[in-house]
Amino acid sequence: DQAEQFLRSGHTNNWAVLVCTSRFWFNYRHVANTLSVYRSVKRLGIPDSHIVLMLADDMACNPRNPKPATVFSHKNMELNVYGDDVEVDYRSYEVTVENFLRVLTGRIPPSTPRSKRLLSDDRSNILIYMTGHGGNGFLKFQDSEEITNVELADAFEQMWQKRRYNELLFIIDTCQGASMYERFYSPNIMALASSQVGEDSLSHQPDLGIGVHLMDRYTFYVLEFLEEIHPASQTNMNDLFQVCPKSLCVSTPGHRTDLFQRDPQNVLITDFFGSVRKVEITTEALSLDREVAAVESKFPDEELATEPLKYAEQLPVAQIIHQKPKQKDWHPPGGFILGLWALIIMVFFKTYGIKHMKHVF
Amino acid sequence: GRMAAAVLLLLQLLLAAGPAPGRADAGQERRDALREELLLSPLPTGDVAATFQFRTRWDADLQRGAVSHYRLFPKALGRLVAALGVRELHLALTQGFWRTRYWGQPPLQAPAGAELWVWFQPTVTDVDKAWKELSNILSGIFCASLNFIDSTNTVIPTASFKPLGLANGTDHHLLRYAVLPREVVCTENLTPWKKLLPCGSKAGLAVLLKAERLFHSSYHSQAVHIRPICRDASCLAMSWELRQTLTVVFDFFSSGQGKKDWSLFKMFSRTLTDTCPLASQSKVYVDISPKNKEKELLEVSPPPTSVHEAVVQGEKKTYAVYDLLSPSLFNTSRSLNVQLKWKRPQDSSEMPIPTLHAQRYVAGYGLQTGQICTLIYNTHPYRAFPVILLETVPWYLRLYVHTLTIITKGKENKPSYIHYQPAQDRRRPHLLEMLIQLPANSVTKITIQFERALLKWTEYPPDPNHGFYVGSSVLSALVPSVTAMKDTDVEQSPLFTSLFPSSDGSSYFVRLYTEPLLVNLPTPDFSMPYNVICLTCTVVAVCYGSFYNLLTRTFHVEEPSRGGLAKRLANIIRKFRGVPPL
Repeated sequence: DQAEQFLRSGHTNNWAVLVCTSRFWFNYRHVANTLSVYRSVKRLGIPDSHIVLMLADDMACNPRNPKPATVFSHKNMELNVYGDDVEVDYRSYEVTVENFLRVLTGRIPPSTPRSKRLLSDDRSNILIYMTGHGGNGFLKFQDSEEITNVELADAFEQMWQKRRYNELLFIIDTCQGASMYERFYSPNIMALASSQVGEDSLSHQPDLGIGVHLMDRYTFYVLEFLEEIHPASQTNMNDLFQVCPKSLCVSTPGHRTDLFQRDPQNVLITDFFGSVRKVEITTEALSLDREVAAVESKFPDEELATEPLKYAEQLPVAQIIHQKPKQKDWHPPGGFILGLWALIIMVFFKTYGIKHMKHVF
Repeated sequence: GRMAAAVLLLLQLLLAAGPAPGRADAGQERRDALREELLLSPLPTGDVAATFQFRTRWDADLQRGAVSHYRLFPKALGRLVAALGVRELHLALTQGFWRTRYWGQPPLQAPAGAELWVWFQPTVTDVDKAWKELSNILSGIFCASLNFIDSTNTVIPTASFKPLGLANGTDHHLLRYAVLPREVVCTENLTPWKKLLPCGSKAGLAVLLKAERLFHSSYHSQAVHIRPICRDASCLAMSWELRQTLTVVFDFFSSGQGKKDWSLFKMFSRTLTDTCPLASQSKVYVDISPKNKEKELLEVSPPPTSVHEAVVQGEKKTYAVYDLLSPSLFNTSRSLNVQLKWKRPQDSSEMPIPTLHAQRYVAGYGLQTGQICTLIYNTHPYRAFPVILLETVPWYLRLYVHTLTIITKGKENKPSYIHYQPAQDRRRPHLLEMLIQLPANSVTKITIQFERALLKWTEYPPDPNHGFYVGSSVLSALVPSVTAMKDTDVEQSPLFTSLFPSSDGSSYFVRLYTEPLLVNLPTPDFSMPYNVICLTCTVVAVCYGSFYNLLTRTFHVEEPSRGGLAKRLANIIRKFRGVPPL
């Protein structure tokens, strides 16, 4: 039965795109939300190279943070979700709707480093987590622009057509979050939201030492649920749907599974949150060439300089004072100047006639 | 007997002939070396500065030949230097500001935010393209938004930032300098920096680098410097040097809890337990120089392995040295916790004033104009010296160079060299470089007026009311030394004395940075488009709608309805009665 399960999931690698879209100190809880999901996902095995973490503002080293380099999720500073080993790929002003959509669809400028790219293929399971302030049909990015549910659905469709995912789990923790997954139409997407249309997602508890609310309720209970998961656990998605009932969350979490082909009962949590690799054991043998090592050990011979090299003078006053300014390259006159001269010459000849040319020469 | 000897001979021949694949580099001498060093200097205000330096030296030529075996030198940076034709690279990420006036000259200062300056090899044809690629790759390695470096904040200095390594000629078109003053430094920048160290943060001095303590400080600066250096005293061959430096200043009040006694545990909440096995030298230096030529004020415990005297930044200084590689150090206990105690309370009148320090601020009022003022102090009693001032101002603060005034001791001071490159809107920032002579014991005031531009509404960042930053200006000077410096072997002297190559001992080179400025631009109200749309639509609907109705509405008489069922029934009854209907 376990072998059947293992063979049916169909993915070979896991990716995670975790986005916090809010700026300013009073939105500390959104950064804490994203970092707690980042922490769980790393703990369950997804490496930093497969996580694209986007944080719209820096809370840990914010001047208003009484405990620098920490972001707490539980009051009385019990759990530091920021930790000592964190790699944020998109920070501060780089978290924009355009960059987010470029990461998802893969249409990124060629000079972008690898850590900022989502290099998924058709056998990748991707977890996308978004948090911030939202409304009916949109999510606000940094208080200056929005992404609508239609744009998001179209981005996922582009991903499907380019075969950039095998299965996708979309979790959103904002007010009226269920509106964001209403418009999805690509296959193999499962979506969870913290509240229905018309409801607000509420924050959990403030910490009086730090002075702000530390986490949102939905993500707080999801974090507590994930803390009990380990890489070999068999918990399935139905348990995740039951996290945070109305009594704890005050809003009604929702989910959408009609686009997903497998039964949520059979989908493991670690299919998306963990990174379980399939190992194929082969009986072929490879023979390594013994001569290869000999070639590598030779260092290229260097030629020595004939006269000693020297360091540059740091403040050569005499040289600086007598520096000749570089001769500006001569450029032929541009369009405006040419046009002006043409006009002047035309007016001159119109007024005085061509026969006066001989006086000029 | 003879058979055995023959077999033995054959075996020996076989072993000598063919290379054994497992011991590929056992026969070669090691071509790279790591030295690590920590310098603890108590500052006059009661704070303490800790400077870490990790230096990897590699006797190889990265430019020629395909190097594929990286040992101590990190592969990410080696590949970068080789592929993009980089001759020198200096990247610094800083949080906070070094208060030169109160803390003294810094060993190595960096401006607030991110600073990147690079010298390219003469073989690079398109320097701007290489610069853009370099900043993108570095933004991926260090998790910083260095990809925001583009032509609007890059300048080409002509007199400052001469190469710190071996140089064959200095064509300044191969130099690029950019600073991002808004850049935040946090654990995500420290993590990849630590991963570049050969031992990581697991052994040696790097175990002290814990983010929670390092960022709870007044000043935190981490830097990476790559440059070519002389391989030996004859300097006929060159080696590549990678220096990773981290300077942190712990505050007397918040980290020190109001007491001037410091220890490694109090500063870093950790102690040193062992050395990095890959390091050839691993030392801790504590500055115990006496002030005013009196007996020592500072006591260190445990007793140091040796005492080292050197002339650093023109002054004679004494250091207590703890050599972590000496076997006697970890004899008594497994951990080393260096403690500094003051023998007697310090007099506040003993605070020395540095020879050169500077200050910069914005003057003026309102959101239209302003003035940038820089004050440079030369406190040397009788010596004058020149200083180069480099200012980079973003294009949206339009400088008026005709208002530039430099006043020293009430008189105008004409600079010996000025290079001014005006800004182009949205393409290039202002660059102002001046070589100014500072007379002895004087204050020089440089003022220039500017006008604030109104940006297009899409160009404002998401938090425009925070303000816009102007990067620190750079002061490079040759300050006269109090004590002449002797030429010493670079390999034997501590690392903190050998970053700036010194030409003669009578003066030392120092690079200072002023404060960054925060300037408010006239900011529109971003809710206005919504307000305008609502108002316009209401006005149009009411006015135009009313006119349209007036012009196109016609009146016609409407037939009264026949009435309901009850009325019809009543009419039938009335007809029978012969009475007129309702």
